[in-house]
Amino acid sequence: MNPPSTPPSSGSGLAFSRIKRSFRLGVKSLWLHRLRSLLTVLGIVFGVCSVIAMLAIGEGASFEAQEQIKNLGSQNIILRSVKPPDDQKISASPGDRILDYGLQYADIKRIKATIPGVTVVVPGRVLREYVWHISRRADCEVLATVPWYPQMRNQRVATGRFFTEREMERAVNVCVLGAEMAAKLFPLEVPLGRDVRVGSAYYRVIGVMEPLVKNSKTDDTQGVAAPPANRMFIPLSTARTRYGEILVKQRSGSFEAEKVALHEVTVKVHDPAAVVDISLAIKDVLDRNHKKQDFDIIVPLELLKRAERTKQIFNIVLGSIAAISLLVGGIGIMNIMLANVTERTREIGIRRALGARRRDIITQFVVEAVMLSGAGGLIGVALGVGIPFLVTHFADMLTIVTFWSPLLAFTISGLVGIVFGLYPAIRAANMDPVEALRHE
Amino acid sequence: MPAAPIARLDNVRKTYQMGLVIVEALRGLTLDIHQGEYISIMGPSGCGKSTLLNLLGCLDRPTTGRYWLGEQDVSQMDDDALSMVRGSRLGFIFQSYNLIQQLSVVENIEIPLYYLGWPEAESRAMATKLAARVGLEKRLDHKPYELSGGQQQRVAIARALVNDPLVILADEPTGNLDSTSGADILKLFDELHQQGKTIIMVTHDEHIGQRTRRAIRLRDGVVESDVKRN
Repeated sequence: MNPPSTPPSSGSGLAFSRIKRSFRLGVKSLWLHRLRSLLTVLGIVFGVCSVIAMLAIGEGASFEAQEQIKNLGSQNIILRSVKPPDDQKISASPGDRILDYGLQYADIKRIKATIPGVTVVVPGRVLREYVWHISRRADCEVLATVPWYPQMRNQRVATGRFFTEREMERAVNVCVLGAEMAAKLFPLEVPLGRDVRVGSAYYRVIGVMEPLVKNSKTDDTQGVAAPPANRMFIPLSTARTRYGEILVKQRSGSFEAEKVALHEVTVKVHDPAAVVDISLAIKDVLDRNHKKQDFDIIVPLELLKRAERTKQIFNIVLGSIAAISLLVGGIGIMNIMLANVTERTREIGIRRALGARRRDIITQFVVEAVMLSGAGGLIGVALGVGIPFLVTHFADMLTIVTFWSPLLAFTISGLVGIVFGLYPAIRAANMDPVEALRHE
Repeated sequence: MPAAPIARLDNVRKTYQMGLVIVEALRGLTLDIHQGEYISIMGPSGCGKSTLLNLLGCLDRPTTGRYWLGEQDVSQMDDDALSMVRGSRLGFIFQSYNLIQQLSVVENIEIPLYYLGWPEAESRAMATKLAARVGLEKRLDHKPYELSGGQQQRVAIARALVNDPLVILADEPTGNLDSTSGADILKLFDELHQQGKTIIMVTHDEHIGQRTRRAIRLRDGVVESDVKRN
């Protein structure tokens, strides 16, 4: 009839069942003060959620930037013609309205002749024009270039083909549309084989490019002018015969003429390690023949390095913010657990009288603290994964939730519970049972 | 006839430091308690009743002297060992019931078994059995605040019995109850005594003292009188 005073059985399953029971006990105790528990948890929720969301947005932005830079080609050096600053303008006579600047065909020859290890050079001219298809019109950047442009710039043709060297030699009126252009001009039809009009000339569409990596609203990332959405490619020779060297722009009632031979030149370097040195050499060569600062050298590799460095700094800043917010959340938990321990002094006394050891009391209160912070972490992860989706949806920004960031944030929030729950728990365990029982 | 005592205090002293004053609560108290005894401890306030009960309950250690519980000398045990002794060999009943409010009746009864490491199913069965024994089989899932004072004290008694203790310690168990429920509780104590349980009850009610088989009176930290009846 009398119950045995030792446990009838014990095993390894016991430890698990004990943990399960102490969790159940924790739920009951925390549920007693629902609102208080919820408010305590909010600190952790916001900490975890902001970390994940910010990391996702940062990751997305830097991915975009890197992708754009990669599109330029990491072994490339890009030279661009720039309008020289006003004070450097050399106008031979006051009536001379033709502004002559930029890279020349001779420059390419010089680079080819003097710098070793440079293999392919892609020249290009950029013309701003309206492109028509029947009554549809698109404001577009017409890029006159060479057939090997796509390989050089890591861009691919989606349908059709790029123009060939034969077409280049013969200065044929063909064009390849950017994906956005094709969608704008031919919303319903297949563009291949159709004609588009630029000025007075017609060009046959022979291909459509794959869309570029989606752009954020920022036009300028890490100093690289992002390629405009509306692009159209025509052979360089065609452009030269059609437009000549002088571009005339109508500007507020008067005409302004510019003489620019080449807007853009891409130089491919074979040895990736020599990219920076060669870029300096090119600058040297060009400086000797250009009195004005009318060109710009862009080295994508350097930009890539810079972008990576920026990302590192960004991550460090985020990490500090995360640490601070979790610290604040942890202090909130510690605060509430201390109040909890004081409030439940009597309960602690009862448990001690009924056989609880100090470590049983510590376990009980640490489990409660971990449950608070863990629940906060869980809610925070859910929000933190959800917010980037909303950002992508509404702000049209690329966000990337890396798989480790929710994992890390959740683990840390659990650790915060242990660290900040330990002190209140130890205080609870060190109470004198007699005093605790007498507590009102 | 007399078997070895199940609890034995030998020249126990307990002193407290209260500010600058040193208070001697117990001054060399010697006491033997035998299996199946029903003892009341009485005396004016400040005579050392509570101190004695805390020592008997292993909630505190004597300053000097020895305390054997069963075959163990518990007077110099460390905190963890004392917790084990409380959980396995003692049952507590308090004046203010001391149930844990967020737990149900059956969960309150289970607490000592939880700390003894009993598996859940077995401890649940045992707690249910003891709830039935004190007449609360229909209230297993009620919370303490849904019960009357008398019922709460019954839960506490069931909890004190669940680990089959060597000694049951009761501190003014009827102090917070009206006379009817108090009488019920005392009847329950009588039953337990008849079943051979050892009960030590601290009280200041002379009538209750009359019911017990042995009445110990304390005064100024020593035994003033120790009367056995039959």
